[in-house]
Amino acid sequence: MWRDTWLIFKRDMTSARRNMAWIGIGIMQPLLYMFLFGPLLEPVIKHTPGFPPGDAWTVLTPALIIQLGLFSSSFAGFGLLADYRSGVVERMRVTPASRMALLLGKVLTNAVMMLFQAVLIIVLALVVFDLDAPLGGVLLSLLIAGLLAIALASMSFGLALRIKSEEAFPAILQAVLIPVLLLSGIIMPITTGLAPDWLYAVSRINPFTHVVDANRAVFRGDFAMDALFTGSVVLLVMAVLAVWWGARTFQRENA
Amino acid sequence: MIKARGLARRFSARGRTVDAVRGVDIDVADGELVGFLGPNGAGKTTTLRMLTTLLRPTAGEASVGGCDLLADPVGVRRNIGYVAQGGGTGPGFTVAEEIELQGRLYGMSVPAVRARIAELAERLDLAGMEKRYAATLSGGQRRRLDVALGLVHTPRLVFLDEPTTGLDPQSRANLWEHIRALRAEHGVTVFLTTHYLDEADSLCDRILVIDNGEIVAEGSPDSLKERVSGDAASIVVPAGSVGAAAEIAGRLPGAHDVSTVDTTVRFRVPRGDTAMPELLRALDSEGITMTAMQVHRPTLDDVFLTLTGRTLRDAERKEPADVA
Repeated sequence: MWRDTWLIFKRDMTSARRNMAWIGIGIMQPLLYMFLFGPLLEPVIKHTPGFPPGDAWTVLTPALIIQLGLFSSSFAGFGLLADYRSGVVERMRVTPASRMALLLGKVLTNAVMMLFQAVLIIVLALVVFDLDAPLGGVLLSLLIAGLLAIALASMSFGLALRIKSEEAFPAILQAVLIPVLLLSGIIMPITTGLAPDWLYAVSRINPFTHVVDANRAVFRGDFAMDALFTGSVVLLVMAVLAVWWGARTFQRENA
Repeated sequence: MIKARGLARRFSARGRTVDAVRGVDIDVADGELVGFLGPNGAGKTTTLRMLTTLLRPTAGEASVGGCDLLADPVGVRRNIGYVAQGGGTGPGFTVAEEIELQGRLYGMSVPAVRARIAELAERLDLAGMEKRYAATLSGGQRRRLDVALGLVHTPRLVFLDEPTTGLDPQSRANLWEHIRALRAEHGVTVFLTTHYLDEADSLCDRILVIDNGEIVAEGSPDSLKERVSGDAASIVVPAGSVGAAAEIAGRLPGAHDVSTVDTTVRFRVPRGDTAMPELLRALDSEGITMTAMQVHRPTLDDVFLTLTGRTLRDAERKEPADVA
């Protein structure tokens, strides 16, 4: 299985290398937030009580990494739909290659691309905006980013293969992602000090809120088990469920 | 090589059930070149996808390439090659990359698959194109690349789904040559689907005719044609002699279905080639001059008409496209 995974991974990485422009476009969104929204957040955070600890950049940068995952890994299924239309998926499914490998190879490519972009964001924040984050925190944050990409890409591939429609797929994603984005406190943290009780309560149901909280905790060097633990457990459960569901979808319909 | 019994597939979508394939029995011997002929939507592709482990049958059992379809799908996959109707090449990859990956997915080593690329490129007229992106290939070249992907692991049994659909006549004839060579030079068993009668006729040892999810006839192209009663003959005579000529034609041994349109007399007769000189003499002795004549051996289109009561073209017009 790992051999097949490696083969698919290599193929998709080749494809990604040949289409670097798309990665550039993918990273534009977080960069725009960083440059056009970040400076606005600086005085707001300094003068408003109720924000999570740390300055604007320790609050915003880890959240932008999660946002990047939400909006790039979630759309990974689009590439699979192209492969499906061109018959590539079927051509691979007729080989003895493990079904799990066909999924994992793609998922891992996505995770690597995600890490690449996350590193770019962190470096920019460190160099341009004097982000102050401990090395251990940054490394843990990359681990979180990688796991998030694995979870989201698996879900995306599974969803794409079930929906099989280039029209419905982005529509469904947009419908889900915007509330998830707002409710996870990425742009504006949802804390007891800032949000009305009902909004805070709703945000806690959103699993991505806990992932964002964990990522913010590691960025400010807070390794106390609280936020990090909850976020890690939520993320691990999501990743395992997503990979399982994705692999099941790849397996479905086969004799 | 293939032995299927009662293979069936039912699709359910939005409360409607469609029986795409209604229990087919298929036997293909080692080294045969067998065609699966039928209109679009008859169930050809669905049957093929079941035999190649891509679709789970709702009923029936099969042994393909020596392995049980349901108990050992991985074994089946190892032993067969499959070329899908729409092909399966990624536009952003080169010919060599695609063949190499496919070979590697079949478990081949890098040196083995590299040697195989050279061999297949040579055999399928793709030499010199190894570094070209699939997106830049012509339709015929891409189809040959699809075939190369299906052959990379040297399978003993190959499934080709509508191999020449959408190709220009020249590429089509060229691909036929490659398919014939597969069997003649490499002893590969070939099972192909087609909705072209001429393709089935010129390529296959044996044809299974499928209509509406059921196999309605089976046999060599010639034996199927014999089921149609006789050759179609037509003669053209001067306007005043049409009635007399029709009567004379009707007296030929075994002649039937005599009809006239304008100055043309049409009829069916068991052996058109031997009946015509006889007719010519008979007409001469009555002083009728024949100005033109034609004899057609029955085509598979006639076979289809005889078996199902409609022509293949009519069947295509009525039926929706393949469900899967």
